[in-house]
Amino acid sequence: MSERSSSVPAVSLRGLTKSYGSGDVAPAVAGIDLEIRDGEFFSLLGPSGSGKTTTLRMIAGFEAPTSGQIWLHGEDVTTKPPFDRDVNTVFQDYALFPHMTVAENIAYGLEVRRVPAAERAVRVQEALRMVRLEGYDERRPAQLSGGQRQRVALARALVNRPRVLLLDEPLGALDLKLREEMQVELKAIQAAVGITFVYVTHDQQEALTMSDRLAVFHRGSIVQVGAPAEVYEHPATAFVAGFVGNSNIYPDESARRSFGARGRIAIRPERIRLDKPDDLVAADEGSALGTIASVVFLGAETRYKIALDTGDDLMVAQLNLKESPMESHSAIGRRVRVTWRREHLLSLAENPQAAPA
Amino acid sequence: MISRIARWFSARPRASLGALLSAPLTWIGTVYIGSLVVLLAHAFWSKDSFTGKVAPFDWTLDAFGQILGNPVYLAIALRTIGIAVLVTLTAAIIALPVAYYIARIASPRVRALVLVAVTMPLWASYLVKVYAWRTILQANGLLGWLVAPLGIEGPGLTEIWNSWLVLTYLWLPYMILPVYAGLERIPTSLLEASADLGGRGWVTFRRVIFPQLIPALAAGSIFTFSLSLGDYIVPDLVSDAKFIGNVIYDNSALGSLPVAAAYSFLPIAVMMAYLLFARRLGAFESL
Repeated sequence: MSERSSSVPAVSLRGLTKSYGSGDVAPAVAGIDLEIRDGEFFSLLGPSGSGKTTTLRMIAGFEAPTSGQIWLHGEDVTTKPPFDRDVNTVFQDYALFPHMTVAENIAYGLEVRRVPAAERAVRVQEALRMVRLEGYDERRPAQLSGGQRQRVALARALVNRPRVLLLDEPLGALDLKLREEMQVELKAIQAAVGITFVYVTHDQQEALTMSDRLAVFHRGSIVQVGAPAEVYEHPATAFVAGFVGNSNIYPDESARRSFGARGRIAIRPERIRLDKPDDLVAADEGSALGTIASVVFLGAETRYKIALDTGDDLMVAQLNLKESPMESHSAIGRRVRVTWRREHLLSLAENPQAAPA
Repeated sequence: MISRIARWFSARPRASLGALLSAPLTWIGTVYIGSLVVLLAHAFWSKDSFTGKVAPFDWTLDAFGQILGNPVYLAIALRTIGIAVLVTLTAAIIALPVAYYIARIASPRVRALVLVAVTMPLWASYLVKVYAWRTILQANGLLGWLVAPLGIEGPGLTEIWNSWLVLTYLWLPYMILPVYAGLERIPTSLLEASADLGGRGWVTFRRVIFPQLIPALAAGSIFTFSLSLGDYIVPDLVSDAKFIGNVIYDNSALGSLPVAAAYSFLPIAVMMAYLLFARRLGAFESL
């Protein structure tokens, strides 16, 4: 089922724009072009207010675009109501019907679409099994935990076998541990059913972990589309460099002064080595001297803020491969040499929109 | 001294509560419940058939016998309950679209205007409103004048349906307001979820909105039903079909006070049964 080898994109957005209010207010979504492939796990990633949820709601049909078009599997659905679109949504607040049992919630879409009762019962059980909630048929949403409600919401959407599943920050309300479990599970379910997932999140870690590809939203526009590693390794703008993972970002002036580079640059904290001041530097490496200004112990890694002698600050992350540095506080004030490979200096496109993070 | 009293009370929460509630409890106990008990006690007291005076503590069930022996009392009871049910249903049917418009469609400005328009009649005197309806309904009144060109006569002031119409008008705001509040409580995402799963407007209303409005409708119906059940001015002024209240009123003023008291048990029993029914529908979580 996942090998629907058609080249027609599952979702195609063309010049999609949504403005609320009139005139001088910046549009919530400002002319987006995007193609999401069939069977893909695609994330819309961005901070709150960046237009990602509005975009998802337009795909679902809850909001009408101000201009532009939405195509689903080669069909223009721009003006179609939600009930005439072959997509289903998992809502951020789950939106389970409180007066119905779990089974009734899941069966709702099938019932409305006149699926015969016998088939309905089979498919509801199948969906409950998929989200590992067998035996919860007769519970009410109020009797479930957050994670269980989340699963019911997922089952209620998937049972209809939509061609595209839209997920609006579905894990946002769960605690960290449960979130990580559900991330793995969602990914497994997606692989099993082969449905295109369009996943809205503000959590870059989540987007990197789960997506086949992702689009980074900023102020109503898409600033970069690509596979997670691609976006992480080659952020197009300072905004992406700052938002997807952590980055040290330097404007032209500092880039020249501290790194001998031209133009605006970024470097990842984990790509920098922390050495003693008199350690050697290889030919393809750059290096600078500085003083440890602060130390944050994070368990698996330790983060250092280095005050470079040139006057710039630099964040450095070191994996704690050996025993954790017990003396971390006494490290403050120590002289160090920071070293990086030149290829790890990322030069960033000029982007007047992008704010340094 | 005052701080010593305060300390004494703060260490004794029960005494504090008692001091707080003693005045209102005395009021309710003597004035409200007391008078009700005296009225109901009359039902079991005998009446001197010659002087018409009630003999207190002279226990008898005569009054109940009179009521049960005369089918008119039953007919009036059924008529009153029937009209109260009808008023409640009509108010619910009108309130649903109006409340839906206020809660989900109207812009904030229009919403405020409509809410004021709905509640405005509550600020006017009950009698003024009923007399206004009299001028509309009477034989040569506004309604009669409007339908005269069609060759139809106005309803006049005898029809029992006038009571249904006027009572619906009077109590409609008490239905609209809880239904509106109930609609406000339904998250928009539930309606979106229903549409997302393939439900068109009517299906969404029937399967998602209406079941969640039942407590609100039950809460509103307590007002429309009980106020209609107890009314005796509207039936008197706009029709000539008597309600339970008219019978009680007439008997207590001119006829037999024990009969009035005995007949009072009926609306009290009906209301109690109705409140139990409404509680099962969740009305009291929705008030």
